[in-house]
Amino acid sequence: MSTHEPILRESATFDRLTIQEIQRAAETGIYDIRGGGTKRRVPHFDDLLLLGSSMSRYPLEGYREKCGTDVWLGTRFAKKPLHLKIPVTIAGMSFGSLSAQAKEALGRGATIAGTSTTTGDGGMTPEERGQSQTLVYQYLPSRYGMNPDDIRKADAIEVVLGQGAKPGGGGMLLGMKVTERVAGMRTLPIGVDQRSASRHPDWTGPDDLAIKIAELREITDWEKPIYVKIGATRTYYDVKLAVKAGADVIVLDGMQGGTAATQEVFIEHVGIPTLPAIPQAVQALQEMDMHRKVQLIVSGGVRTGADVAKAMALGADAVSIGTAALIALGDNHPNLDAELRKIGSAAGFYDDWHEGKDPAGITTQDPELSKRLDPVLAGRRLANYLSVLVLEAQTMARACGKSHLNNLDPDDLVALTVEAAAMARVPLAGTKWIPGQNGSGY
Amino acid sequence: MKTIDLSTASVRELNQALHEQHKQLTERDWVIAHPAGKHNIAVGIDEPLKIDIQGHAGYYCAGMNKKADVVVHGNVGVGVAENMMSGSVLVKGNASQSAGATGHGGLLVIEGDAGARCGISMKGIDIVVKGNIGHMSAFLGQAGRLVVLGDTGENLGDSLYEVHIYVKGKVKSLGSDCIEKEMRPEHLSELAELLQKAGVDEDPKAFRRYGSARNLYNFHVDNAAAY
Ligand SMILES: Cc1cc2nc3c(=O)[nH]c(=O)nc-3n(C[C@H](O)[C@H](O)[C@H](O)COP(=O)(O)O)c2cc1C
Repeated sequence: MSTHEPILRESATFDRLTIQEIQRAAETGIYDIRGGGTKRRVPHFDDLLLLGSSMSRYPLEGYREKCGTDVWLGTRFAKKPLHLKIPVTIAGMSFGSLSAQAKEALGRGATIAGTSTTTGDGGMTPEERGQSQTLVYQYLPSRYGMNPDDIRKADAIEVVLGQGAKPGGGGMLLGMKVTERVAGMRTLPIGVDQRSASRHPDWTGPDDLAIKIAELREITDWEKPIYVKIGATRTYYDVKLAVKAGADVIVLDGMQGGTAATQEVFIEHVGIPTLPAIPQAVQALQEMDMHRKVQLIVSGGVRTGADVAKAMALGADAVSIGTAALIALGDNHPNLDAELRKIGSAAGFYDDWHEGKDPAGITTQDPELSKRLDPVLAGRRLANYLSVLVLEAQTMARACGKSHLNNLDPDDLVALTVEAAAMARVPLAGTKWIPGQNGSGY
Repeated sequence: MKTIDLSTASVRELNQALHEQHKQLTERDWVIAHPAGKHNIAVGIDEPLKIDIQGHAGYYCAGMNKKADVVVHGNVGVGVAENMMSGSVLVKGNASQSAGATGHGGLLVIEGDAGARCGISMKGIDIVVKGNIGHMSAFLGQAGRLVVLGDTGENLGDSLYEVHIYVKGKVKSLGSDCIEKEMRPEHLSELAELLQKAGVDEDPKAFRRYGSARNLYNFHVDNAAAY
């Protein structure tokens, strides 16, 4: 008789996670909802490398020679475009999905770093307006809390068509987070499972959007930049149409982009990754002679200064972060492991942001939990993190001989995989091969 | 009284002149001549102005209005009085789709018919339509009152929250989670007050009331077909 444990073979098709999900579905009868972005591996910035310099290109001195980081946003039509010190902005995340303390902390951190924050589905809170030097006001299909006074208080307006995590899906905020304050701001009954609209109530299509953008410009006397945010899908066409409709800035969110609450199946199976979306957007802008005139902000899985540098080398004017900003504030911190285990998760894995039980006090409306987040301290942590992102990006740009982050270009990049080469439209490392070019492609 | 003639002035000049009144109120009564269906007329007003639009207006007429009383002597395009906060808008003709969309307050009166999605996502506005309204009206309506003297299209009040809907004519069909409800005395008096404000001479008892069954407020497996 053998003393060995039998080797059990796990099915690649019916792996343990798949089995667990079928069992969960059978028990509950409802799809799985969670926060965060896609968890599967998709071609990403990790599959690109920056070339740096040696003989044919020379680098800049790390500590002596300047590498600029500032960016202007909204220079096309707005009388008051934004001038940010760094090309990393804080993405729109709603008060409701996040605590007031978290919103305040995001404002504080961004302001220290010299960048902008963004409201979200649920209106503008005094906490974030008060602490954000530069605040972008989202104009969403739900129009929860939409108020012309807040439009007038904002520094820019972002018309949201979609998010990378769920292009074609509306917002979602489950009952446990629809507290008295959140419900009041959104004009909803307390405790409802809120389903936001996925389409704007008073326009459809690019011709209508042009009139809608004109309305927002009229209301603000053409002062404020108007952004258009799209989830990455048919990006080439969407960018062209958004530019034609009059956008000052395009915010492009890839499929890895985080969400506060969405069906798991939506997060994992709809939209295209950030990597292939950027060259599509840049091509669309270039063909319209609008690259750098209409600015491109890219989000969806930006974590490091290398990601920032690579996104900018592909043609982005700036990037935006959601998930990473929450982690910088204190989300999923190892100190919270014991508490996270009590609610069926663990530090590094927690994504039930829709349930409102976040022990970090970030993705919650529970007053006791929210109180745990010190907005000043958390804001400082975010500012530190933003500073590292920029220092890292500058390190890479200087190594490529660039005196400003926006001088990085696709010639500074190569790909590690054939897929990434095809999607990012840069050559496979060591070759001149860009799969899909010369005749094929868009 | 100040007249702005849109056959010579631009919509930009018009709105700028109206917005200047936020800084210093010098002129309360405004006449807008020859609107010729232009879009975005009198949007973003934040003062108790009286505005008389002498003809047809395009999209988003009086959008995001606060405090002003606007009269349109003609038809209006998509999204009249969208996201209105307060004040009033009276349309003498017909209105296109999404009339009063997402409005938070104020009174919108349409003397003719209104198209599809009238009062979509309304959040506190009162809408009175003397004619008929199109399909999916008051979709996702959250708060406020919608009064219709004529008939309604399909799927009235789909996925409704707390809007009160009163209809005198025929309802083609009700949307998910929208049901007919009993007309109690408080509803009759609420409706009487609204009709009076809108200048409509009708007996509240001739109307039926519709509202949310509140079955979709929380996800439930047995309601899957309704989502
Ligand atoms: C908690 C949370 C809430 C969000 N809320 C909104 C929202 O209200 N509106 C919106 O356009 N996007 C929202 N997003 C998406 C972000 O704006 C952004 O597109 C995304 O987080 C970027 O990807 P990243 O998380 O990988 O950085 C949210 C994301 C998170 C994580």
